[in-house]
Amino acid sequence: MKIHEFQAKQLLKQYGVPVPEGQAASTPAEVRDIATQLGRKVVIKGQVHSGGRGKAGAVKLADNPNDAEEIGKALLGKTLFFAQANSDLKINKLLVEEAVNIDKEIYVAITQDRARQRDVLIVSTKGGMDIEEVAHNNPADIAELFIDPLLGLPDYAARQVLFDANYDVAHINKTIPVLKALYAAYVGTDATLAEINPLVITKEGTIIAGDAKWDIDENSMFRHPEFAAYHDTAEEDPIETEAHRRGIQYVRLEGGDIGIIGNGAGLVMTTMDEVKRAGGQPADFLDIGGGAKAEAVTSSLEVVLSDPNVKGVLFNIFGGITRGDEVAKGIIAGVATLDVKVPIVIRLAGTRAAEGAELLKTTNLVPAETMQEAAAKIVELAYAKK
Amino acid sequence: MSILVGKDTKVIVQGITGREGEFHTTQMIDYGTNVVGGVTPGKGGQTIQGVPVFNTVKEAVEKTGANASCIFVPARFAADGILEAVYAGVDFIVCITEGIPIQDEIKAVNVVKTSKSRLLGPNCPGILTVGECKIGITPASIFTPGPIGIVSRSGTLTYEAVDALTRAGLGQTTCVGVGGDPMPGTRFIDVLPLFEADPETKAIVMCGEVGGSDEEIAAEYIKTMTKPVIGFIAGLTAPPGKRMGHAGAIISGSSGGPQAKVDALKAAGVLMAESTADIPGLVKQALGL
Repeated sequence: MKIHEFQAKQLLKQYGVPVPEGQAASTPAEVRDIATQLGRKVVIKGQVHSGGRGKAGAVKLADNPNDAEEIGKALLGKTLFFAQANSDLKINKLLVEEAVNIDKEIYVAITQDRARQRDVLIVSTKGGMDIEEVAHNNPADIAELFIDPLLGLPDYAARQVLFDANYDVAHINKTIPVLKALYAAYVGTDATLAEINPLVITKEGTIIAGDAKWDIDENSMFRHPEFAAYHDTAEEDPIETEAHRRGIQYVRLEGGDIGIIGNGAGLVMTTMDEVKRAGGQPADFLDIGGGAKAEAVTSSLEVVLSDPNVKGVLFNIFGGITRGDEVAKGIIAGVATLDVKVPIVIRLAGTRAAEGAELLKTTNLVPAETMQEAAAKIVELAYAKK
Repeated sequence: MSILVGKDTKVIVQGITGREGEFHTTQMIDYGTNVVGGVTPGKGGQTIQGVPVFNTVKEAVEKTGANASCIFVPARFAADGILEAVYAGVDFIVCITEGIPIQDEIKAVNVVKTSKSRLLGPNCPGILTVGECKIGITPASIFTPGPIGIVSRSGTLTYEAVDALTRAGLGQTTCVGVGGDPMPGTRFIDVLPLFEADPETKAIVMCGEVGGSDEEIAAEYIKTMTKPVIGFIAGLTAPPGKRMGHAGAIISGSSGGPQAKVDALKAAGVLMAESTADIPGLVKQALGL
């Protein structure tokens, strides 16, 4: 789950990482009030889940509360294109905080390294830029430390990664506690990404987090009920939001028109691939999971059909724990209650598939023996000229 | 012969009194797996499906001589279940549970690495050695004995592949589901050498998917193998930045994309199936059948 910069900075502050003084605002008047309280030059930053906000025009400086309010008026409610997110995002909140005197910009992040199966602390003195670009063009400018989870981040390890990054020796001792606090925040909040870009060394010689990009592991939410308030659905696809509310694993795919429902992530992805091979465009990824009951199947069908672009639906179920007859019952119930105007092709295999097929015989739903046959049939039916 | 589990494997089930734990214990016993006990803290002394329940893994191992464990406990306790099994000296730990917090998983996986235990999963369907032993939730009915080893990141996709093999008259040795999490205890690179060394396995089917670099790492090893490998990658149409069900199935930044995996495996001499329907044909081709 992505959270906003102002939320991440609140978390950083709790863990002892220095952040600029500031607050979030939802109206131009609030922007003015915060700027007045701060009583100095402020930076005003659009709160959307994307990097590259400066380039998108969502970050502005204001010398006084009047200017701040004007910027607030201009940015709040505005939709801008964010290249990094590759989408238009609407700004609903602004972070108003004291502007800092930047001397140097450092890149610092912690995330997981899957190959080494450890968390990795990444430091680069080429901060403020797109780190993937730095990694591509000047890999030597990036230092990495693979953290032993049983040891955490001792001083020597933090020092090592700073020296490896050719960090200014004069600032190393005061940066070590910042890195340790960042790691504590990362572990303590169950983050999957904790990125500070830039970590600013000010002209006064202090260290402060200029920005914060933070993702939280959704599997850990039981430990952090307070993070539920951080969930901002404004940037999500509304169908995805509704699916997640129902506890359904659903991803909407841009430009698609063939609805896909299956059991198991790998099989659903493979079904998408087969539909594409057959000449169709998959509209979604929907995994009903293991052992789904009829109600969950009906609910899934409803979610997929709520996408107005969908011209046909393909069910591909290979039953292990999931039972074919249970899925068939769910589909039949769905068709009975929903106003289905598009063709539905169903492929059932595995546990109780024969019983499921028997139930479907009495309907006008189209059966298929194999995944490949099912993909071909749904593409033919969905794209048939009426 | 086979790999990792067989007739001599003695299995305990952690979380045996739960709904999933009890159901699959029955299924495992029906397949002929030697389930010697179960563990649920506070329910020691009971009997489930004819096997004794213990309060701790240590006690279960001491009293039954178990050398393998199958974990069905809920996500928030599952990593602790892995640690407990390591502490009790279990050789082979299979964790079925999905949804374990990544920080818990990192700790558990790194503890396993410093021990003599091996972990399969989490978030995996388990392992099945045909006719001998099944640990996990794989549907037994689709398997038939034969010379093909299978290793996969996805459960139901594996069933699809196994079913296609069985229908084509191609039986299996062992089927290993490594699971769909970002930090699995056992990866392709750990399983392939075992199949390479197993005299009964003549060819290997490997089903990967988008996310991570385990397929690319495996490709380097495959270059040195003597046995043919038939590969399949799921998620050619998966968009970047979106988690496709499995926590591990996500194309992030420039890594984890499907084409790089297909290219790396092809370069290593793997016969890549474009569709699961092509898998049996490629296996026959590789074996000269």
